[in-house]
Amino acid sequence: MTNPAHAPALVELKAVNKHYSALHVLKDINLEVAKGEVLVVIGPSGSGKSTLCRTINRLETIDTGSITIEGKELPAEGKELARLRADVGMVFQSFNLFAHKTILENVTLGPIKVKGMAKADADKLALSLLERVGVGHQAAKLPAQLSGGQQQRVAIARALAMKPKVMLFDEPTSALDPEMINEVLDVMVELAKDGMTMVVVTHEMGFARKAADRVIFMADGQIVEEATPENFFTNPQTDRAKDFLSKILTNG
Amino acid sequence: MNVITDNSDLFLTGFKNTGILFVISAFFALILGTIVAGMRVSPAPAMRAAGTVYVNFVRNTPLTLILAFFALGYPKLGLPSVDFLAAAAIGLSLYTATYVSEAIRSGINTVSVGQSEAARAIGLPFMQTLTLIVLPQAFRSVVPPLFSVFIALLKNTTVAAGFSVFEAGAIRAYLSERGEPLLPGLLWVALIFVVLVLGILTPLQRYLEKKWRVAR
Repeated sequence: MTNPAHAPALVELKAVNKHYSALHVLKDINLEVAKGEVLVVIGPSGSGKSTLCRTINRLETIDTGSITIEGKELPAEGKELARLRADVGMVFQSFNLFAHKTILENVTLGPIKVKGMAKADADKLALSLLERVGVGHQAAKLPAQLSGGQQQRVAIARALAMKPKVMLFDEPTSALDPEMINEVLDVMVELAKDGMTMVVVTHEMGFARKAADRVIFMADGQIVEEATPENFFTNPQTDRAKDFLSKILTNG
Repeated sequence: MNVITDNSDLFLTGFKNTGILFVISAFFALILGTIVAGMRVSPAPAMRAAGTVYVNFVRNTPLTLILAFFALGYPKLGLPSVDFLAAAAIGLSLYTATYVSEAIRSGINTVSVGQSEAARAIGLPFMQTLTLIVLPQAFRSVVPPLFSVFIALLKNTTVAAGFSVFEAGAIRAYLSERGEPLLPGLLWVALIFVVLVLGILTPLQRYLEKKWRVAR
């Protein structure tokens, strides 16, 4: 099911390099994500995994190389890029729900303003999505009135409302209290089962095992190892990966 | 007490014009200041540069010179002529807009970058990210500095007296023409300004702060 050789890649990164002044954060990254694939990106902090994730909708620019989505190069800043971003859902570590808008408005804003959907239709869509992620009864509240886990599920609903071709998750559970992590992961597992193409930066091995088709391990801006979740967690090939796994396993 | 009752015509007309100057200038300064603040956070370097040059140039020019330009220099440019009140309103708007812009820009900086990233991530272009997500949140945190700017504007209107506008700052000159005692006259003018600030602007500020208090 992973990456059939002839299927065109939905997301493709070719020889991508990025520097933060002297720091070389992404070193010659080559990566393909097939339609329907769930890719988990794992690695120590500072390895460039979040940066990698954010380059895919150009929240981070790259210095050299190319990133294509459905064969089309990411456009430069402007209307074109905005249109492309509408097709690439993003879920952030810190949720980033619009603080001055209700839960419902958070989800309907994109469909109404970007897609020109009628408000009644957008409300209906939003309510069904909020229902799906289990926060339908919170629609009239403001983000600050919800728990972190609930906010992150709303953020997923907000991204889904744009009917994205691919969803990016940038450490979606790292800012959550432990008891709230599973409610978010459950939603993500459901999404994966429904065939959503996903790039997920996470340390949640449970999620990787349950839902991922492939794991890439990054260190120092490079993809060091690439494997199925089972192989990666039980039989890592590189010392970097072995070292990293021993740390996250002992730290629980 | 006699000064104000005997010369109520001066006080009424004077403060009426002060009010007109203030409302018009505050309105345009708010709009222009918001636009300039938007330019200064724009992704387009030319917009940022234009905003920066405008703010630094106008903010660093004494208000008296700006009003002098619109009262004395502008009519010589051969552009459509404006009366002294309108000229003063234009000068005050342009001047105050720079302070409004800086207050709003500081508010924009208080809105976490995640808010605009999330807006861009769902496909909102820069203008909508700014007007729908960033500015509404920025305004909430700049109510106090913005009102300081407007209180300063209210008092700055008196500078227009030097450029043939009959507003509160000009009352003294007219009183002196009528041979009235000046000190009580000036005290009355000062007192009315205090009443305007404490009676109108401060309650309005408090109301907006309460209304826009946001749960974070």
